[in-house]
Amino acid sequence: MKFQASIDVMPHKVILDPQGKAVLSGLKNLGLNKMDNVRVGKHITLEVEADSKAEAEEKTTEACEKLLANKIMEYYEFEVTELQEA
Amino acid sequence: MKFGVVTFPGSNCDQDMVYTLRNIMEQEVVELWHKDTDLQGVDFVVLPGGFSYGDYLRSGAIAQFSPIMEKVIEFANNGGYVLGICNGFQILCETGILPGALLHNENQRFICKNVYLKASTSKSLVTANADLHKAYKIPIAHAEGRYFIDNEGLQKLKDNDQILYQYCDKDGHITPDANPNGSVDNIAGVTNEKRNVFGMMPHPERAADEALGNTEGKLMFDSILEQVQ
Repeated sequence: MKFQASIDVMPHKVILDPQGKAVLSGLKNLGLNKMDNVRVGKHITLEVEADSKAEAEEKTTEACEKLLANKIMEYYEFEVTELQEA
Repeated sequence: MKFGVVTFPGSNCDQDMVYTLRNIMEQEVVELWHKDTDLQGVDFVVLPGGFSYGDYLRSGAIAQFSPIMEKVIEFANNGGYVLGICNGFQILCETGILPGALLHNENQRFICKNVYLKASTSKSLVTANADLHKAYKIPIAHAEGRYFIDNEGLQKLKDNDQILYQYCDKDGHITPDANPNGSVDNIAGVTNEKRNVFGMMPHPERAADEALGNTEGKLMFDSILEQVQ
């Protein structure tokens, strides 16, 4: 079975995110004044072969732990869905 | 001493390092390729600056899984000397051999300029010869140099005397204004607990040739050679 993992990798909340701050000032310049706390992270999608959803989640966790996120500076969340064969 | 300088796809300070070690320090240098799996009996491995694998995902994140890195990690774990400069420091942090991580500079810009550094300890191969009261002028050139470590990790670094260099002003004062990138405690370089692996963002190899008008970086290489030989 094939699954798609949809992964968000975000900077830890305690870490200053200068990119988010720059985006926020851009939003303010646009006149969107009621916005705050912009954080910029990464969205990663990947396809994974597995016998079950649980196995696909396990493999995705391994990918996140070992490469996709650096847990010193980031945390991750993901969702795994089964891909329908065409 | 026999040095090995690793080139990854995207390294761009490898030849500066080879030149400094070979022509200025007059040492034997082996040029290693990221696909190599043999360190050729070198005594000291250097991971140079640059943008390995295009800095994709995170700086140094992909280089840590190069074939050569498996050997470098094994070498380091067996007590071998490894020095990472700039991108090399980022790679060593990504592998977990060195504590902490390097984030985007606080001002979101690539910073390329001379800064002042102070050695924070003389208990390391690279800082043994340093005058702890002197501010050394060394260039930096990076976009991801903001050293980050949590409070517990920082305390451990201090307790074990693992901070090698801190950014300071030209009189040697470690102040927030002298911090170019927002690093925790102005940290510019650290060593591991076993004190055989060293990482730093500044580029001593760019300040070792008299023709460039600044040789303050050469002191670090002198220190390494004196301590080891």
